[in-house]
Amino acid sequence: MDRFVFLTIDGLSRGAVYAAFALALVLIWRAARVVNFAQGAMAVAAAYVAYTVSAETGSYWLGFVVAIVAGLLLGALVDRAVMRFVDHTSPLNPVIVALGLVLLIQAVLGMVYGSEFRPAEAPFSRSALSVGGVAVLSPYDLFVFAAIGVVVSGLAWMFARTPVGLRMRAAAFAPEVSRLLGVNVGGMLTLGWALASGVGALAAMLVIPTELGLHPHAMDLVFVSAFTAAVVGGLDSPPGAVVGGLVVGLLLSYVSGYAGSDLTPLAVLVLLLAVLLVRPGGLFAPVAARRV
Amino acid sequence: MSATRAALPPTREPDGVGERPVDRRRGSTLLRHLTFTLAAALLLVGVSYAVEPFRNFQLATVAAYLCATAGLTVLTGLNGQLSLGHGALMATGAYTVAFCQNAFADRGMTGGWLLPLSLGAAILSTVVVGAVVGVAAARLRGPYLAGVTLAVAIVVPALAVTFDGVFNGEQGLSVPVEPPPASLGLYFPYERWQLWLAGAATLLAMLLLANLIRSRFGRTFRAVRDDEVAARLAGIHVARTQVLAFVVSAATAGLGGALLAVLAQSVSPGAFSLTLSLFLLMAVVIGGLGRLAGAVWGAVLLVALPDLTHSVTELLTLSPAVAQRLEGNLPLAIFGVTLIVVMIAAPGGVQGLLSRLGRALLARLPARRS
Repeated sequence: MDRFVFLTIDGLSRGAVYAAFALALVLIWRAARVVNFAQGAMAVAAAYVAYTVSAETGSYWLGFVVAIVAGLLLGALVDRAVMRFVDHTSPLNPVIVALGLVLLIQAVLGMVYGSEFRPAEAPFSRSALSVGGVAVLSPYDLFVFAAIGVVVSGLAWMFARTPVGLRMRAAAFAPEVSRLLGVNVGGMLTLGWALASGVGALAAMLVIPTELGLHPHAMDLVFVSAFTAAVVGGLDSPPGAVVGGLVVGLLLSYVSGYAGSDLTPLAVLVLLLAVLLVRPGGLFAPVAARRV
Repeated sequence: MSATRAALPPTREPDGVGERPVDRRRGSTLLRHLTFTLAAALLLVGVSYAVEPFRNFQLATVAAYLCATAGLTVLTGLNGQLSLGHGALMATGAYTVAFCQNAFADRGMTGGWLLPLSLGAAILSTVVVGAVVGVAAARLRGPYLAGVTLAVAIVVPALAVTFDGVFNGEQGLSVPVEPPPASLGLYFPYERWQLWLAGAATLLAMLLLANLIRSRFGRTFRAVRDDEVAARLAGIHVARTQVLAFVVSAATAGLGGALLAVLAQSVSPGAFSLTLSLFLLMAVVIGGLGRLAGAVWGAVLLVALPDLTHSVTELLTLSPAVAQRLEGNLPLAIFGVTLIVVMIAAPGGVQGLLSRLGRALLARLPARRS
């Protein structure tokens, strides 16, 4: 039972990160109808920037802030310098270009930092506090929940309550009409890319200390898990992404706890295939779903 | 008439439009492909005597990659299905060949027919895996398909490490391959034999693919790519066509992986990482999607570019650590940038540029005469 509780908490903490990452994917998908396959590489790049800053100044928090800013800028740059020029008539084209970005970013990181694992420090202790003899939450888990909670509710508030959020939604759903009504559609698209990339950078900062360390390929499997989470929730639904992330996190935690951590990639693949074949629109898809 | 066509904006023409007059002149497509294959084989034998052993080995590697890129270009270029999992399919072929060759060696069996048998088994096992993935893929479109095949590409090498009792983990397996037959002479270079093996298998695969593309099946592949609804109205079974394309593509990828394993005489999961899958896709896109000639360009690039960056980094005087980092990553960076630039500026790839150039020249010639 103790083990179950521990695995559940661990899964929720991991799932929160997947949720954030999946949310970033959903943001770009809703805004530009592109699944950003370069999200993982972009997030790792931001984490490397944070690593450099932290190593130079000795301050984790400065690096943390710099990582988020770097993520925002990188997202805007990718949209303005690359994605804007891609022919979107075939859905293959943006995917292929994003994969080109993956190769490029990982190669540049490998050239600058080398491809060995770098230890990434966590700002809080990762050993669990026990409540009544049962190990429950570590301070780091609390930090993860708090950070993701703030970001998710911040985004929800922004999209639902602010004029910018309204413009972004309008630009995504009816670009022509919103342009006629005076919305800067291109600018909203860039803002969407920047926000998504910033959220991705935050997720990378939170997940990398819990894994082997910083490495150009550190986010590959996280990306696949987050993509699965986004598909589980339905690529069009931000609340779905959050729930999907938690589901995937729990599943992976149980699989690695009870069956062996080597099997987690296989579990992700099986879940992804099962969801796509049984309910391709995701669990939270609206009725008139786009055909997969 | 050709002048008017060249004057039109160079939009993407249906494949094969440029070659139609040739078809009319020569009649049999099969005969033309056979002649071409024979010429290529003779050329290859000639080259294998002319160049040094290391170049022979490189050419053999090009041939192995060509199998995989040709299969991928049929799938992505002609059928419109994006696969990021072809590295994993190559791994399937490679491990099958390793199992077969080891089984034969353990039982003390020898003979020239064993290697073709192993290659056949490799193709067969990849066909099975390809059919399973293809059935799933036929229901998925665009980014969803890319996501699933991406997961396959990451999971399959990880499986080799998980079940290390069977696959021997990161170390991988060795692939015992027999020396060239004694009838070729005592001092026949091994690399030349490798090139002959890989070249023969690849030419055969290319011949079959070229005929497939020109056949009824090739037409249905393209019809499904261009407009699924129209294809369905014309009586084409869309899902079946897509699965067939995936299976054909998987079979050639498996052959390519098996050849790579035979050439390297070993297999390990590290050789079939996600990067390999991305490399294959990139080679196909840069070469020119949907054209077998483009697949040739892509395969050549895959071997030539790392070699080129190696010589460049040797020219520069760098510390060993920096040189090592550059050497491993510079080809990746160049590939990535080229992929993005080609996708944005020249979606036809190298072969598209060449045929545009050729058409422009042809259009100019009669104009000068008149």
